[in-house]
Amino acid sequence: MTAGVATYLGGRLLGAIPMLFLMSLVVFAIVYMIPGDPIDAMLGQDAEQSAREALRTELGLDQPLWRQYVGWLGRVAQGDLGRSLRAQQPVRDLIVEKLPATLLLTTSAALIALLIAFPAGVVAAVKRNTVVDLLAMVGALLGVSIPSFWSGIMLILIFALTLGWLPAIGYVRLTTDPVAALRHLILPAVTLGSVMAGSVTRQVRAQMLQELGRDYVRTARSKGLRERGVVVRHALRNSLIPAVTVLGVQFSVLIGGAVITEQIFAWPGIGQLAVNAIVNRDYPVLQGVILTVALLVTLVNLTVDALYVVLDPRLRLS
Amino acid sequence: MLGRLRRSRLALIGLAIVGLTALVGLVAPLFVTADPVAMDFTALLKGPSRAHPLGTDQFGRDVLARLVWGARLSVGIGAVAVALALLVGVPIGALSGYAGGAIDNVLMRCMDALLAFPALLLALGLVAIMGPGSTSTTLAIGIVYTPGVARLTRGVVLAERPQEYVQAAHALGQRDRWVLMRHIMPNCVSALLVQASVNFANAMVIEAGLSFLGIGTPPPTPSWGLMLNEARAYMSSAAHVAIAPGVAISLAVLGWNLLGDGLRDALDPRLTE
Repeated sequence: MTAGVATYLGGRLLGAIPMLFLMSLVVFAIVYMIPGDPIDAMLGQDAEQSAREALRTELGLDQPLWRQYVGWLGRVAQGDLGRSLRAQQPVRDLIVEKLPATLLLTTSAALIALLIAFPAGVVAAVKRNTVVDLLAMVGALLGVSIPSFWSGIMLILIFALTLGWLPAIGYVRLTTDPVAALRHLILPAVTLGSVMAGSVTRQVRAQMLQELGRDYVRTARSKGLRERGVVVRHALRNSLIPAVTVLGVQFSVLIGGAVITEQIFAWPGIGQLAVNAIVNRDYPVLQGVILTVALLVTLVNLTVDALYVVLDPRLRLS
Repeated sequence: MLGRLRRSRLALIGLAIVGLTALVGLVAPLFVTADPVAMDFTALLKGPSRAHPLGTDQFGRDVLARLVWGARLSVGIGAVAVALALLVGVPIGALSGYAGGAIDNVLMRCMDALLAFPALLLALGLVAIMGPGSTSTTLAIGIVYTPGVARLTRGVVLAERPQEYVQAAHALGQRDRWVLMRHIMPNCVSALLVQASVNFANAMVIEAGLSFLGIGTPPPTPSWGLMLNEARAYMSSAAHVAIAPGVAISLAVLGWNLLGDGLRDALDPRLTE
């Protein structure tokens, strides 16, 4: 890595600090902006007075707002996300327990999406305006438009309930039984990945069309290079760079989509944790999940930025 | 622009679907006489019949009636949320791009902070703050799409500000506000139209998603997401209750996406070369 890259990335990291600060304010507000008394919202109005006072002290609600925020931020910085009101255990432990399932689901979905999207997008661009292109584009449009909560249900109906090929719901750890784990993973991962597959296919096609129209492609062709070489070695390689930036955005979409996919397939990840937290009014847990996800998304975006600079030498100069 | 839009067959299909859902949402009560919340325990989970063209659900409610009333809810929430995002996002973006400096910095950092959250998760958090219901769902979706609108508007304003016609307007002694509103903002319209139609598609998905999770529209109000959620328990015996709302939402979202694609092609001729 050259000094230019390091300076650029250093600048990006510094730039992320005010954003992280603002993000923490948003997450903080989730508990403290609840209209009325948050204690009522969490415990119900007929909770005992002593329990109410105890929770008030635990959450620091008896202190001025700025002090509550500073105290909360200080604890968060040390990895203390508070305690779950229902489970009576630290929020951090709950998240650490559920996060692997979500990461398995999202990375599998991304893998499936990329394995579909790249070939489909490249072929559609090369065979532009043919039946193949049309099919790929209609498929991609359907992928983007069919919400996961319906495609998931339909996949269960077809592959689990009707054909009986795969389990309908549930999660098995990879370490417990790899085969069962993979069988449980397929339907949720396809459900979550289909939206990403659709949008990435469209982007890859658009990018490829742009590259295929450039002068260097004409030069390569006129040199007598075979079409396959022109497409793969030249056009595709140059299309890959912009495609990488999409991954950051897609990660955010995937982890948001995981909330719904986990609910459909009874997948015990942090999305399910968040939904249950809302239903149970377990605000510290909701806060913890949203903060963790926002940090993850920021981290992935910074990594993608770094990757982008490493891949594209032109950016190192400017 | 309209001419180019008319030449795109896909955009026309999109426009037709969008128009159809909006029309169904608007005039639903005139054509479907069945009550969407009336239960009939003598006809539970029945398939399509003369009395119930799309069958009945687990409470014997007419699926078709719930579907068309659901269209009203979905289109209504989408429209208000998208309008809200434009109403708040456009001024923020315009001010940010035109004023520049510290104002720009502060406003855009705030927008970036909101953009860092996955849309659905942010909506989830906001609904948790405001309490479940259609109003808070609409507000939450509006807030979620505000930063995108603001960023887009700022981008166009930044690109137009150094142009000669803007300098000329300044040289003529026109005031900042007038230059911004009269000369610069019209250039944002096409980009915002595309964004708005894609946002509309996404807003419908989020509304249905929140209702599906049980924290959006409360029962028994007919919402497509809620219908799908309830249908899950019965889908092995009565698949029609899960298929009808799914087709409806997918079709509506497809329509807005097609329209967005068509608008983009029509408004940005560089892409269609």
